[in-house]
Amino acid sequence: MTSARQKKDKGVRILFFSVALTSIAILLMIVIFLFMEGMPIFNKVNISQFIFGHYWYPTSRPPDFGIFPLILASIFVTMLSALIAVPLGVMTAIYLAELASQRVANVVKPVIELLAALPSVVVGFFGMVVVAPFLQEYFGIATGLNLFNASLMLAFMSLPTICSLSEDAIYSVPVMLKEGSLALGATHLQTIVQVILPASISGISTAIILGMSRAIGETMVVLMVAGGAAMIPMSIFDPVRPMPASIAAEMAEAAFRGDHYHALFATGIVLFLFTLSFNILADYISNKYRQAGEASL
Amino acid sequence: MNKEKTILDLSFERVHKRRQLVQTIIFSVVRMAALLSATGLFIVLYFIVSNGWKAISWDFLTQFPLDSMTKGGILPCIVGTLCLGIGAIVVALPIGVATGIYLNEYARPGKLLRIIRLGISNLAGVPSVVFGLFGLAFFVIWLGIGESILAGVLTLAALTLPVIIGSTEEALKAVPNTYREASLALGASRWQTISRVVLPAAMPGVLTGAILGLSRAAGETAPVMFTAAVFYTPYLPTSLFDKIMALPYHIYVLATAGTNIESTRPLQYGTALVLITLVLGMNFATILWRARLRKRMK
Repeated sequence: MTSARQKKDKGVRILFFSVALTSIAILLMIVIFLFMEGMPIFNKVNISQFIFGHYWYPTSRPPDFGIFPLILASIFVTMLSALIAVPLGVMTAIYLAELASQRVANVVKPVIELLAALPSVVVGFFGMVVVAPFLQEYFGIATGLNLFNASLMLAFMSLPTICSLSEDAIYSVPVMLKEGSLALGATHLQTIVQVILPASISGISTAIILGMSRAIGETMVVLMVAGGAAMIPMSIFDPVRPMPASIAAEMAEAAFRGDHYHALFATGIVLFLFTLSFNILADYISNKYRQAGEASL
Repeated sequence: MNKEKTILDLSFERVHKRRQLVQTIIFSVVRMAALLSATGLFIVLYFIVSNGWKAISWDFLTQFPLDSMTKGGILPCIVGTLCLGIGAIVVALPIGVATGIYLNEYARPGKLLRIIRLGISNLAGVPSVVFGLFGLAFFVIWLGIGESILAGVLTLAALTLPVIIGSTEEALKAVPNTYREASLALGASRWQTISRVVLPAAMPGVLTGAILGLSRAAGETAPVMFTAAVFYTPYLPTSLFDKIMALPYHIYVLATAGTNIESTRPLQYGTALVLITLVLGMNFATILWRARLRKRMK
């Protein structure tokens, strides 16, 4: 009597399991199709020329397919945006978890959530029409669309990720640790710096890495405000062309399955490998260095 | 008898005062940082709203673009964005909910679960432009769907899947275990328990996830650039295989490649205002809804 039911239960279980594999299947398909469309470029240029070549002139004859300036641009905008977003994000997280009253936190948290929901094209548009003219005037530079502006906008986009994940990490530090420290006579500040932050450092590192991963993969912002020059930048006010910007801007004009098209897919592979390693690193840290206490990210 | 303060007491007092001072200074820096983070949103909103509201009119929302998109409205973009967003959710919701159910109700800790979770978190981290490349290579070219609503919808569904899985899991976790135990103790099977007890209890949370996914899909630009969106089309879509206009792409096109970038500024601001009203409106609704749910759970 129960066996029919058990059979059905098992069937349902297997069904759910196979649907659960969809995400991995999509991830694998992404890898397969990136490589399928990207690898042919390496018949024309070898991998080290592609990655370390200083010149990206895909449409001149003969074309140059060196994405080193694009990679550098991506790394620079990501690092500079992290310099801005990490202190702001972590301090905001400390404020929310430790200093803010419940009522203030109930207002600030949704604001940060809404910040995360702002469409990237709107942030890019804001950078173009508001921030760029301001920078141009204030610093007296040739163009407001540059590395600095892009980093500023990216900081803005990665801040919510860094802030909310860090806050979770700080929040999940057991109260016992905090109380122990306060009972020993430490001030609130000493407790935060010497007890709470060390206890949540793995969660905060994960938050920072995921924030940087979001910044390096962000497309519309760098497409609209980075300036678009495929050169190795000499100052933070030089225009640059990070990888996602190059892909998004050029795909429409690249001939179908021509060299340029394959080169853009190969750039996509490099970009994907960057974010993949960021994400795997984040996953490794959050698993390897479990947080103090039971709660973990 | 008056107790004299010893030297030890005095020096302790001084140290204590200095510590308090340092703490006050650093805490105000932290407060400033939090204030700065929160004002960011309002600065963007201020500029978009103050410049955009003048462009909004009934005609702007219900007319086609005119004169090479330098005048007229954005109706096809609104329709296109709604098609893409709703389509993406129709595809991603069943898959995402089923995955969430598996992860929370069936899966046991182990290597397999680790791999599935790693897959989901990495899918969530794939850059949006790479989703665009994937959609182009797989849906548009390999499956031969061509640049169309369908290709855009499938690409966006892949992108929103992790969002839906995440909120489904969160919703299922919030259902107390006593519900499950009570149902199982009454002799219900696992599936009966999930479908008639757990899932209905988790439904509001699942739906907020769907709305979040919808808003995410509606705001994305890069994934639809190569798969679904065009500069301009004089028709509203009639089939899944039509190309369409979309709000985010329209903003990008007008702001960077339009025939006259400066003179269409009001249109750009207006379109941006419509987009953020749509996206932030949906997000705001889910935030309020969640707060209410949490209260009820307690």
